[in-house]
Amino acid sequence: MDDFLIRALLGGFGVALIAGPFGSFVVWRRLAYFGDTLAHSALLGVAVGLLLHVNLTLGIVVVCQGIAILLFFGQRQRQLASDTLLGILAHGALSLGLVSLAFMEDVRIDLMAYLFGDILAITTSDLLWIYGGGGLALAGLLLIWRTLLAITIHEDLARVEGLAVDRINWFFLGLIALSVALMMKVVGMLLVTSLLIIPAATARRFAPNPEAMAILASLIGCCAVGSGLYGSFLWDTPTGPSIVVAACLLFLSSFLLPVRLVLKNVRH
Amino acid sequence: MSDCSGEMLLELLNVDLTLHQKEILHHVNLRVCRGEILTIVGPNGAGKTTLLRVALGLLPPSSGHIELKPNLRIGYMPQRLQLDPTFPLSVRRFLALAGPKKADGFFAALEEVGASHVVDSALSNLSGGELQRVLLARALLREPDLLVLDEPVQGVDVHGQVELYQLIARIRDQRNCAVLMVSHDLHLVMAATDRVVCLNRHICCTGAPEVVTADPAYLALFGPLGAQNLAVYTHDSEHRHDCSEEHT
Repeated sequence: MDDFLIRALLGGFGVALIAGPFGSFVVWRRLAYFGDTLAHSALLGVAVGLLLHVNLTLGIVVVCQGIAILLFFGQRQRQLASDTLLGILAHGALSLGLVSLAFMEDVRIDLMAYLFGDILAITTSDLLWIYGGGGLALAGLLLIWRTLLAITIHEDLARVEGLAVDRINWFFLGLIALSVALMMKVVGMLLVTSLLIIPAATARRFAPNPEAMAILASLIGCCAVGSGLYGSFLWDTPTGPSIVVAACLLFLSSFLLPVRLVLKNVRH
Repeated sequence: MSDCSGEMLLELLNVDLTLHQKEILHHVNLRVCRGEILTIVGPNGAGKTTLLRVALGLLPPSSGHIELKPNLRIGYMPQRLQLDPTFPLSVRRFLALAGPKKADGFFAALEEVGASHVVDSALSNLSGGELQRVLLARALLREPDLLVLDEPVQGVDVHGQVELYQLIARIRDQRNCAVLMVSHDLHLVMAATDRVVCLNRHICCTGAPEVVTADPAYLALFGPLGAQNLAVYTHDSEHRHDCSEEHT
């Protein structure tokens, strides 16, 4: 196998592993649009990175964190509905990114690579970012796992029981922003949310508890990456979208499997 | 205004709350003492749940203040669980998340509320009554001095409501905690409560159920419907007594 394919596979697996647990929380807490907004701001991160001559992934990470902070405070005001605010930030950041890139006359970037990912161009340094940063994000998530579950179940109940709800939420948004920034390279800003949500939604039917759902989502994500890459190689299709198509097919075919579990999601 | 005697657990003093230039609570004075069951009744939009949130410290009052007994342990039962259906969670796990508790603690709490049979069920599979009992068990795990219950019988059929109110009264008797609850219904709750606070942004009247239901302010708020309930109340009061003896 060629080196670039091995790197692509490693990068894809790394991203899928990160996406599983974070995607589960995105699904449980209905943060899909939130993830989308973070991803849209990535182009602004690229512009910032080019402007300051720093690593572009670092630029994306920093801008995503900034957007997460803005959102955290933005959601505390009551003038605007949450989704309106997300829409403003998402498209504002995307357009600002495009406009500032246009101002840099000596810069020509491959826009398609940022929109839909360029997994075949993953470098060793990208792999370091994915596994280093991803490991950090997952370790952080593990640290707050229990508290975050309690907050996800009922925020007020968690508050009354003495948990530091605001601090944990804040930390969690930071971690999500970090993982979205890392996932960019593989599926691109337009498809990041799909890699978070689809494997988690697929895992739901087979998971008896939150941990199983997170791990299963990671594994399903890895399957999607593997088969998407293979399909893209076979039929010469764009890789990022191929991975998402594979994830969708896995989601659909999961309904063909019988569920034999202790817990069934039947509502009386 | 009648007040409780005994060890003071929670007191609201001249609490006002204004949200979005709208006055939600006006000069609310409220005191909860150990061993009593205090029920807040009032029409929709009267600020009942908001008052609970203020008492719990979830919402800061615009003016006035809240005094708590030092180290007061509160068990809170929220109005409903807005759990996303994609969240796979068993009752056992839900209770284990209440805090660092030894393994048998939550089973005892489930037995206390008569719901030990659902310990391995998914939270999303429970009936209305079972869910309320599980929520109550979670509140009890805190070994509370004060139980704060937001509409504890909602989503439960009438028979189940009577049982739940009996259960709450029994928990109060056994644990000698105080209960502060909000109720929508005027019928059954009166049987299971020591003191009623009738709220409509401000406190209209307060006192024992038979006093409040005869109060002109109460009648003005609930009309003849409220007066009718007095009859229901006495009937239920006797009924409850029989039932709780059967249980013990």
